[in-house]
Amino acid sequence: MDALIIETVVKAIVVLLVISALAGFGTYLERKVLAFMQRRLGPMHVGPFGLLQILADGIKLFTKEDIVPQHANRLIFMVAPAITAATAFIALAAIPLFPEFTIFGYTIRPIIADLNVGILFVLGAMASGLYGPLLAGMAQANKWGIIGSARTAILFLSYEVVTGLSILAPIMIVGSLSLIDFNNAQAGGVSDWMVWKQPVAFVLFLIAGFAETNRTPFDLLEHEAEVISGYATEYSGMRWGMFFIGEYANMITVAFLASLVFFGGFNPIGFIPGFLAIILKVSFFFFLMLWVRASWPHVRPDQLMWLCWKVLMPIAILNILITGIVLL
Amino acid sequence: MKKNIKVIERYNVQWKHRIFIPAIIEGLTITAKHLLGNVNDINRMDVLEYPEEQPKDISGRYRGLHRLTHREDGGVACVACFMCASACPSECIFIEATQREDGVDEKMPQRFAIDTLECVFCGYCVEACPCDAIRMDTGIFSLIGNKREDFLLEKEQLLSHRGAFANENSIAKSGVASK
Repeated sequence: MDALIIETVVKAIVVLLVISALAGFGTYLERKVLAFMQRRLGPMHVGPFGLLQILADGIKLFTKEDIVPQHANRLIFMVAPAITAATAFIALAAIPLFPEFTIFGYTIRPIIADLNVGILFVLGAMASGLYGPLLAGMAQANKWGIIGSARTAILFLSYEVVTGLSILAPIMIVGSLSLIDFNNAQAGGVSDWMVWKQPVAFVLFLIAGFAETNRTPFDLLEHEAEVISGYATEYSGMRWGMFFIGEYANMITVAFLASLVFFGGFNPIGFIPGFLAIILKVSFFFFLMLWVRASWPHVRPDQLMWLCWKVLMPIAILNILITGIVLL
Repeated sequence: MKKNIKVIERYNVQWKHRIFIPAIIEGLTITAKHLLGNVNDINRMDVLEYPEEQPKDISGRYRGLHRLTHREDGGVACVACFMCASACPSECIFIEATQREDGVDEKMPQRFAIDTLECVFCGYCVEACPCDAIRMDTGIFSLIGNKREDFLLEKEQLLSHRGAFANENSIAKSGVASK
């Protein structure tokens, strides 16, 4: 029992540190990829090819003055960023990151908590992460923040239906909510991947995933051209940084989820070992999010609602219906 | 009211635009092409890394910072006629005229100052000047100062600027000023 607790704590700390570092590195990658797609150079001045830009940004965020606006609700204002960051990492707890491996004769399963309702837990934790923007926007006594909060509510009401319904069809096929069962169900190579059986569900889940992480086509929470910075208008320093880390951790979570549920998880592909396979898949989905941000404009809130309720939800229900009939 | 509303149909709406997906893929391919092309050949990007690299495409017609030209004997070419100050739309040229005692001309500016914070760099002063005494051919496009007063350029500073495109440009065109 003690060994389990120590192991879990160590795993949690490792995941926290690695994903935080990856979130920092993600900002660099995002700026570079966006720059090259838009015919710019991106960060170039700090370190070789601007690689130390992350460090400079980190120093800036940590040393910046922590300002709480005069009329803000102090407690909620200060807690809200922690909600976003914490829920993003809590969601990662139920995700099997890599295949089992043995180190010093001790078998490690790289999942912090092997829940039998893993996928439900991940989606629930990520959904509750939207309390961060919602409370932050309402606590800061700023009109842009209020608009940001309202848009958070709109976003939440729109995409959550699609996420749940789109993932339901693969769940029906696998018959389990555990992500490890999902992984094992696709163990037979590329032809076994869920995406061939459920292409519609995959597309729906991907679209909802973009909304879930507030990424570009649906980042109306902080759409700077319309609402300055939305819920994050009054935030500065590390509190703003926590929103940022939360967003990038969420991106990594959604990338893991998409690879695990639809793209065969951490099963080896031919000669590529399992851990490398999942890193490649997650990197691809992370890159896809940057790619999409460089390619497409934002949607309006009403367009998002139209898309989610009038287009995606009927498709998702039809998909479930057809899957059910085929399974019978 | 309704009869005043003119509804304009969207131009060239095709089926592939209505279902979005082909258009979405089209957008993705364009950005992917940019990424691959730029990673392959980084020099393909027309980027000027500004503080280290200075722009090389400033032509003789570029309206940079102002300067006052000289006579052949090195004196100020300006005759304090106030034409530039009258033409100035932002009223940023301040001239105080004084009598010229050396007999070269009748008047000269005691003070000639340009408030570059007010200036809109329209070039009207250059066009208005009858003596070719003020020009904007220095090629200087950035002026740096620590306080507002640093941007109020006095006569001495304006005289010290050199033309960027030819050395003799420092002197007013002969015959114009002495007329």
